[in-house]
Amino acid sequence: MQPQTETELAEMIRAAPGPLAIRGGGTRPIGTPPAGEALSVAGLTGVSLYEPGALTLVVKAGTPLAEVEAVLADEGQRLPFEPMDHRALLGTKGTPTIGGVVAANVSGPRRVQAGACRDSLIGVRYVDGMGTAIKNGGRVMKNVTGYDLVKLMAGSYGTLGVLTEVAFKVLPAPGATATIRANGLDEATAVRAMSAALGSPFEVNGAAHHSDRHADQAVTLLRIEGFSESVAYRANALCELLKPYGDWQVAEVDWSRFRDVAPFVGQPSDVWRLSVKPSDAPGLVALADPLDALFDWGGGLVWLRVTEGTDLRADLGRFAGHATLIRAADETKTRLGVFHPEPAPLAKISDGLRAKFDPRGILNPGLMG
Amino acid sequence: MQMPEPNTSILASKGRIVARLQEVLPKAAVISEESETRAYECDALTAYRCPPLAAVLPSTTQEVSAVLRICHEEGVPVVPRGSGTSLAGGALPTADCVILGVAKMNAVLETDYDNRFIRVQTGRTNLSVTGAVEENGFFYAPDPSSQLACAIAGNIAMNSGGAHCLKYGVTTNNLLGATVVLMDGTVVEMGGAYLDAGGLDLLGVICGSEGQLGVVTEATLRILPKPEGARPVLMGFASNEVAGECVSDIIKAGVLPVAIEFMDRPCIEACEAFAHAGYPMCEALLIVEVEGSPAEIDEQLGLILQIARRHDPVELRESQSEEESARIWLGRKSAFGAMGQINDYMCLDGTIPVTSLPLVLRRIGELSKQYGLGVANVFHAGDGNMHPLILFDANKPGDLELCEAMGAEILRLCVEVGGCLTGEHGVGIEKRDLMVDQFDPLDMEAQMAVKDVFDPDWLLNPAKVFPLASSEARRATRMAAE
Ligand SMILES: Cc1cc2nc3c(=O)[nH]c(=O)nc-3n(C[C@H](O)[C@H](O)[C@H](O)COP(=O)(O)OP(=O)(O)OC[C@H]3O[C@@H](n4cnc5c(N)ncnc54)[C@H](O)[C@@H]3O)c2cc1C
Ligand SMILES: Cc1cc2nc3c(=O)[nH]c(=O)nc-3n(C[C@H](O)[C@H](O)[C@H](O)COP(=O)(O)OP(=O)(O)OC[C@H]3O[C@@H](n4cnc5c(N)ncnc54)[C@H](O)[C@@H]3O)c2cc1C
Repeated sequence: MQPQTETELAEMIRAAPGPLAIRGGGTRPIGTPPAGEALSVAGLTGVSLYEPGALTLVVKAGTPLAEVEAVLADEGQRLPFEPMDHRALLGTKGTPTIGGVVAANVSGPRRVQAGACRDSLIGVRYVDGMGTAIKNGGRVMKNVTGYDLVKLMAGSYGTLGVLTEVAFKVLPAPGATATIRANGLDEATAVRAMSAALGSPFEVNGAAHHSDRHADQAVTLLRIEGFSESVAYRANALCELLKPYGDWQVAEVDWSRFRDVAPFVGQPSDVWRLSVKPSDAPGLVALADPLDALFDWGGGLVWLRVTEGTDLRADLGRFAGHATLIRAADETKTRLGVFHPEPAPLAKISDGLRAKFDPRGILNPGLMG
Repeated sequence: MQMPEPNTSILASKGRIVARLQEVLPKAAVISEESETRAYECDALTAYRCPPLAAVLPSTTQEVSAVLRICHEEGVPVVPRGSGTSLAGGALPTADCVILGVAKMNAVLETDYDNRFIRVQTGRTNLSVTGAVEENGFFYAPDPSSQLACAIAGNIAMNSGGAHCLKYGVTTNNLLGATVVLMDGTVVEMGGAYLDAGGLDLLGVICGSEGQLGVVTEATLRILPKPEGARPVLMGFASNEVAGECVSDIIKAGVLPVAIEFMDRPCIEACEAFAHAGYPMCEALLIVEVEGSPAEIDEQLGLILQIARRHDPVELRESQSEEESARIWLGRKSAFGAMGQINDYMCLDGTIPVTSLPLVLRRIGELSKQYGLGVANVFHAGDGNMHPLILFDANKPGDLELCEAMGAEILRLCVEVGGCLTGEHGVGIEKRDLMVDQFDPLDMEAQMAVKDVFDPDWLLNPAKVFPLASSEARRATRMAAE
């Protein structure tokens, strides 16, 4: 099914006899595969409103992400949260949609400073499991009128409603960017250096570390953006500040490699994503003893590549944060669960919300557990 | 403003309810004498008052849980309270409710500079959170003007903002985790000292839920390194329109100031009379502040001044010193106080798309003439959050009602141009009945369904946010069940 308007979509959901698998571009199959008839939102496309002078963009959910980024780039603006492209990592084809980005709350390296997708999202329209079209939030960046269902919809993986339109606060794209790099730091030192950088006034908006654990080729990267002179000033200041941790040089770096976890691409093994307290990251990685590890968000986000079928959560034990199984065989996903198990009272609330938004349980049923 | 009739059976059971609360709290933490409950009869929306059945001041999450369990069993509504600075009547009691104040819970539980967070009990005031970390070069970004008094509890419940949120976001963008006690006494942890909470974003829903979903007792907040420096520039313009265009052009040019504040002539005049900040007398004033190293500040201000010059400013004043910066901010920071000196006023809080600024200011001027009430405008222009202050005389019969009617028209106008009823103060009781102008019944139904999940009996702050007629059936079920 591929509706062309929100009204058509609402009718289809109202008339649906059973489960629906909601699909944007089909590029981010995260979660246990939902059974059900495919419902594509790819027909709902187009920019509804773009006011560069108000930093506001409103688009239909099925609009290709590339189109959104191009429209913004024309005015020297961008999505603040730098969404990753999952295609290479997950081996999917297709066109990523902006609705999929929101439904999976996809954010890249800049999230450490500029916030996640959910932080830039200021309004949604969606159709719930009863086929009712609902709006929440709006098109202005300061809005506390009623409950914030905007945040709730971000990262709900289509289990609460099918997004039809999303509104963002966007930001000017800076004129200049610079990265400084240190080679050969061990993980603990790298995280300490990244913490020192993020705790400095120099507005670091990318902090990543990758050590191919078996090749002894560690790189630690810090990114700064802004006006050209100020970027040069801050890069120098950082190199000076971080001397105790290593030798730092300005380097040309393609951040999309880190954003998209490129070192893990094409390596047959499972991929996990950890959200943790940065200073806990090195210890947890040591416990996991993975094939490969990539640290983003100053250590707050850790990508791990492990032997197929590994129960990483069992290896790690209790820790503050959560582990999501991003890439694995369906059997492994089913056995281990994709999303981190929630404590009972939270699970009860989440189940309660799904039952209210989708009483028939037809929207991506079982995807989030 | 109508409030539901108190439940007489609760009023009749006061003795038993108070006795049960005294069993789980120290004696001084349960306030039930009428002379003392008066202290909790209103928040900063002082036009509406009603002493509660009782007030409790617990010291721990466990005590909060015990209180809520008792109130849940007794079917008693609970109104959470931080410092009582809500301008929307969010903490206004009903005669049959228990006020649950978190003011005693003000401890810092953990500070962690490596991981850049602080964990506090929510009764701690906003400014004292920054106070706890500033020696180490950090600060907590959301800075409501009431920050000396207001508590993190109320900030989370209202998703409060401040002058610097154009760059740093509002409370929800700086909240990492919370300990929340549900109405039945269950204690839940949401998020924590890491960036993305797992599962559905329940923390995002708690923030801004106006004390209707749970009582927040502890919070993990993101702290940020203080910028190297900051410097404001003051610009005067010949009309509101031109000032509005200048704001839009600055944003389009790719500079992101930390703050862009706007004041119109009535406000400038009041500030001058009160604070003597040395503001130029003109139609509209902008204060634009940028941050960074001295060289970065020069670079950004250079660009901003270049844009401003294209709009024929009647005044451009770049601060050359700390004292001058302080003077530039002096008037703005005392604006509310200044207006209070010359008049009673009602402070509105609607948000509009920045591009509609000239139109909305013109319409407000027309409404002011039509109603015969003065209006001063002072607001966060970068994000379109307006604070028109409507001047009235509280002692003149009918003036408050006239003022409320005019306020409602202005807020409807905000919605009409694509904005919203409230940008940072919350709905409370003040804007409760205007919700129908922004939301369809089904939009509100979706929000109320969330409350059904967190608080099935509608006992937490039940008469707020949603028009009484919309929430009546749900509240009635509770009454009938008793
Ligand atoms: C061969 C094959 C294998 C598949 N395997 C899997 C699998 O392992 N796991 C799996 O989950 N799915 C699987 N699917 C289903 C499908 O690929 C995805 O669930 C969905 O199409 C993702 O689309 P997308 O790229 O736009 O998603 P993304 O745009 O990447 O979206 C990610 C998430 O958001 C949801 N979503 C997208 N748009 C919206 C919207 N407008 N409103 C609400 N929610 C939205 C999707 O349901 C998905 O959960 C498979 C499909 C095929 C054909
Ligand atoms: C002079 C002045 C200037 C102001 N300036 C600003 C400004 O710049 N920006 C801004 O955003 N606001 C501003 N405000 C409004 C007000 O200060 C904020 O809304 C503030 O966050 C309220 O905090 P409080 O602790 O006083 O909350 P209260 O007034 O005690 O309560 C506010 C709401 O929070 C709920 N609540 C309180 N504690 C809890 C809890 N523990 N758990 C769950 N819910 C709870 C209450 O039930 C109520 O609904 C201003 C107010 C004044 C008087």
